[in-house]
Amino acid sequence: MPNEEYNDVEGGLGIIARRVIAYIVLILLTFLCLFWFYLLFINSTRSHAELNRGFTLMPSKYLVQNFNNVIHGTQPIMTGMRNSFLVAALCAILSTYFSAMTAYAIHVYDFKAKKAIFTFILAVMMIPTQVTALGFIKLIGNLKLMNSFIPLIVPSIAAPATFYYMKQYMESALPHAIVEAARIDGSSEWRTFNTISLPIMKPAIAVQMIFTFVANWNNYFTPALVLSKDNMKTLPILIAQLRAADFLKFDMGQVYVTIALSIAPVIIVYLFLSRSIVGGVAVGSVKG
Amino acid sequence: MATEKKKTSQVVKYNKWGYIFLIPFVVVYLIFQMIPLISTIYNSFFENYMSGLKQIGPTWVGLQNYITIFQNGDVPKYFGNTMVMWIAGFIPQIVLSLLLAAWFADTRLRVKASGFFKTVIYMPNLIMASAFAMLFFTLFSETGPINSLLIQMGMIDTPYKFLSHVVSARSLVAFMNCLMWFGNTTILLMAGMMGIDNALFEAAQVDGATSTQVFFRITLPLLRPILLFVMITSLIGGLQMFDVPQILTNGEGTPMRQSMTMIMYLNKHLFSKNYGMAGAMSVFLFIITGILSLIVFKFSTSESND
Repeated sequence: MPNEEYNDVEGGLGIIARRVIAYIVLILLTFLCLFWFYLLFINSTRSHAELNRGFTLMPSKYLVQNFNNVIHGTQPIMTGMRNSFLVAALCAILSTYFSAMTAYAIHVYDFKAKKAIFTFILAVMMIPTQVTALGFIKLIGNLKLMNSFIPLIVPSIAAPATFYYMKQYMESALPHAIVEAARIDGSSEWRTFNTISLPIMKPAIAVQMIFTFVANWNNYFTPALVLSKDNMKTLPILIAQLRAADFLKFDMGQVYVTIALSIAPVIIVYLFLSRSIVGGVAVGSVKG
Repeated sequence: MATEKKKTSQVVKYNKWGYIFLIPFVVVYLIFQMIPLISTIYNSFFENYMSGLKQIGPTWVGLQNYITIFQNGDVPKYFGNTMVMWIAGFIPQIVLSLLLAAWFADTRLRVKASGFFKTVIYMPNLIMASAFAMLFFTLFSETGPINSLLIQMGMIDTPYKFLSHVVSARSLVAFMNCLMWFGNTTILLMAGMMGIDNALFEAAQVDGATSTQVFFRITLPLLRPILLFVMITSLIGGLQMFDVPQILTNGEGTPMRQSMTMIMYLNKHLFSKNYGMAGAMSVFLFIITGILSLIVFKFSTSESND
């Protein structure tokens, strides 16, 4: 009679040994993932003099002072945070709303160009924004939109990947019967989309809002090409500036606090929503 | 008859809304993606750059820009750098991800706290790449904590210049890419493994297969489509490698441009307004990513037809 334990012992390593190996590897990887952020935290709490003295794993007591130095320093970090937040939040709202609308058009209606448009969007989904950057900045220059947030925010309305996620979600969550029932009740198409379909899409919208927010918060390539005025710059541009400046002249405590400030918001959001974020990763990319 | 006709026209009346709801996407896509793409391709055929303060061109030169970036060795070199760093990061990434996904999906292994581990390994993926690169730059700088640690442990006498040596500079980039992406890959592969019919595993168990045999004979072959998907999307991502090496090396691709990627090169030309070269580089990248996305596209549409 084949029972589980018997087979496990038979097959080389027993289940206990495999479990031990798995935990050791997982703990090592956890260490590898968190170590850098722990160092970042420790070094944010140390003064420049302490940092020059060498490596330690113990926190010091200069966190508040470093933070104050950053706020009153030469780099406009707080303005950068505000700019980054503004761009990322607006992108998240526009991208999810209009992607849901585009997905709704393809999901609910039947029209001639439907298949062609759907195929087109899927085909261009993978094309990176960098390859059109040259034409993009020429266009932005012609439209006199350099040093404006518009070229960073408005293009997020057309987000093929977000659209694809919404479309996938609609297939399982938005039956046509609901739309038809709304029609019989006399609801206009516009109203059906906004007050009946969107609420059903809430979970998908929430997940995609987070991903779009994070992607734009972290985005460096395009903002760096568009924004050159100090009071318009987003955080990644300021980080690059910090790197380009004469490094040794900087108060290292401030450098660490600046890095910490630019990644902290995302980590805090992640701590609260990690379950739905991790859950959302697989759904959009591969069909189960 | 009459009612049927009325119904059809009703449906047609509704269906025009399909077009209306598509307007924002189509308009924005045409303006901010399509026009720039055409303009990029168009610009790649012109000589157009700044020589000091003097504007040269734009003059029609046909394919000269393409010939130049290939003949002066720029594209082959930066393409090579990008691929080396991508492969060096991708191999450990896929091995780790396969291993972890197999463990997480293994019902007999019953890994406890797998939610915690998944949360931790996915986290680096959300971190701002430029800030992460800046962090690594400070940690691995000559006066940084890693060098202090190595000296305190007595492993080296003088600080090691990580960014002055080809292998260590490229390894840092590859390591960071691996760290940022293995969690993501693990989750994708795990979703694929969950999709495999459990009866296959049970049958293998009954036949006395070891977990290694199950992994290589059942899991891997059935996972092949998803592995292909992960590999190609990661390759497309790898070709766009920019933030990490850009910040780590301050845009210079130290040492000796050995860690300079294609997008870093493109970025350099965009900032120096050398639009001809930038255009040729963009079109080259567009063609490669186009071919690769076509493979992904073919693959995902054929799967949905099954």
